[in-house]
Amino acid sequence: MHAVKQQMVMALIGAMVMLVSSVCFGSGIPDRITINSIQQYYAGVDFNHASHINNLKDCGLCHHHTTGAQITDPNCVRCHKNSGAQAVVSCKGCHSPTPFSPEELKLQRDQHPPIYHMDKVGLKAAYHLGCVGCHKKMGAPTGCQDCHKRNENGDGIFHSGKYAPKAPAKQKTSHH
Amino acid sequence: MIDRRDFLKGCLACSVTAASIGVVGKNAFAAGSFEGYPDAMGVLVDLTRCVGCRSCEAACNNEQKLPEPDLPFDDESVFAEQRRTTPKAYTVVNKYETADKNPLFRKLQCNHCNEPACLTSCFVNAYTKTKEGAVIYNAKVCVGCRNCMIACPFDIPAYSYSSAINPLIKKCIFCYDTRVKNGRPPACVEICPQQVMTFGRRSDLVEMGHERIKNDPAKYVDKIYGEKEVGGTSWMYLSSVDFDKVGLDNHMQNEPIISNVKDFLGMVPMVLSIWPALFTGIHLLATKNKGEHGDHDHKEGDQQ
Repeated sequence: MHAVKQQMVMALIGAMVMLVSSVCFGSGIPDRITINSIQQYYAGVDFNHASHINNLKDCGLCHHHTTGAQITDPNCVRCHKNSGAQAVVSCKGCHSPTPFSPEELKLQRDQHPPIYHMDKVGLKAAYHLGCVGCHKKMGAPTGCQDCHKRNENGDGIFHSGKYAPKAPAKQKTSHH
Repeated sequence: MIDRRDFLKGCLACSVTAASIGVVGKNAFAAGSFEGYPDAMGVLVDLTRCVGCRSCEAACNNEQKLPEPDLPFDDESVFAEQRRTTPKAYTVVNKYETADKNPLFRKLQCNHCNEPACLTSCFVNAYTKTKEGAVIYNAKVCVGCRNCMIACPFDIPAYSYSSAINPLIKKCIFCYDTRVKNGRPPACVEICPQQVMTFGRRSDLVEMGHERIKNDPAKYVDKIYGEKEVGGTSWMYLSSVDFDKVGLDNHMQNEPIISNVKDFLGMVPMVLSIWPALFTGIHLLATKNKGEHGDHDHKEGDQQ
């Protein structure tokens, strides 16, 4: 009798988990995301969101507490221990593409209370610090052009590719 | 002829003036340690974030319209040696090997001191510290004496030796003309993919730096380099290793460079104004006695 009850509870929990996850995954979570905040110099990244979800399982690794994931960072836990899922989940929803514009600096100064989220990085850095940091740990690619090919404009400012210096190249020192 | 009483009066007046100048001067020096303009901007450089991509060098070259580099900016062979700033590159990234095999990279450029030694040393007043925090210079008045190169504690100003006609000093100006003057961040800060550099009001950055150290004491050395060094700099650094391992002098004085010569230089006008009067007085007094004596001698001689 006891065992039957336990099985029923388990089944109920299982059904709820499935329901919750189907709601989550059914509610417009994109499978692919185009990241093109630096398309001035690099081609956009066709980010495979679905495979990252499948590999990592934990949304909080990238999305902090915003998806309702359990938060472990001791600094964030102080306020967000029980924060539920937020309306805004995307990176660009919080991280500004122009973190140092006069308007953005003023916003940060006028924040109340002033100490929280004061040191929030811009959008480009949110991508790079998040992606490259994790890629290093996981042994995934970390080179600039492993993720996004530099375009012609980028080659121009890097003086690379067809814009490489034509002056007699200095004896290249061997590099290890 | 000055008589003894007048001379003594003169001496007394002189010494009173000298004393009062001395007191005023001393007060002026005491109040003279300049903490920087209150709204000056700065940059906090977090060395733990830099991956050595050299985008900042490329952006600087582009923004400042500098000549074509010798090698492309994505060529990593430049890390084989420690480079310094040149007339063609106002910023360069160097690589530093560390004990735990994860190399650190550091971008070199002008640190934009609160009390710049270059400015102090320049006798044609080519340098200006702007209220935004930038140390800029007027190339039109530069005579190419290179005093600033010797004065700079960070070896930043470079000299265009290759120019035969008009060699000049060249250095990072914090993108003052094109960006910082209008409240926009410098080109290197804007292009950095990792936000190694945080641009903001200097006073906020000091607070932010200490907050980062507090939140992750295992990651950082407990010091912001440039908060106090040589009287404070607009560009400051956080590091995971001792600063002397990344090419920054960890024993830099906290006093501005000008303090090393300020007391001496403060005496110069005093010496110039008082000593002539004082010694003229002494001379007159001495020669008066001597003159009378000499005349007497002469008369005696005449008599003989």
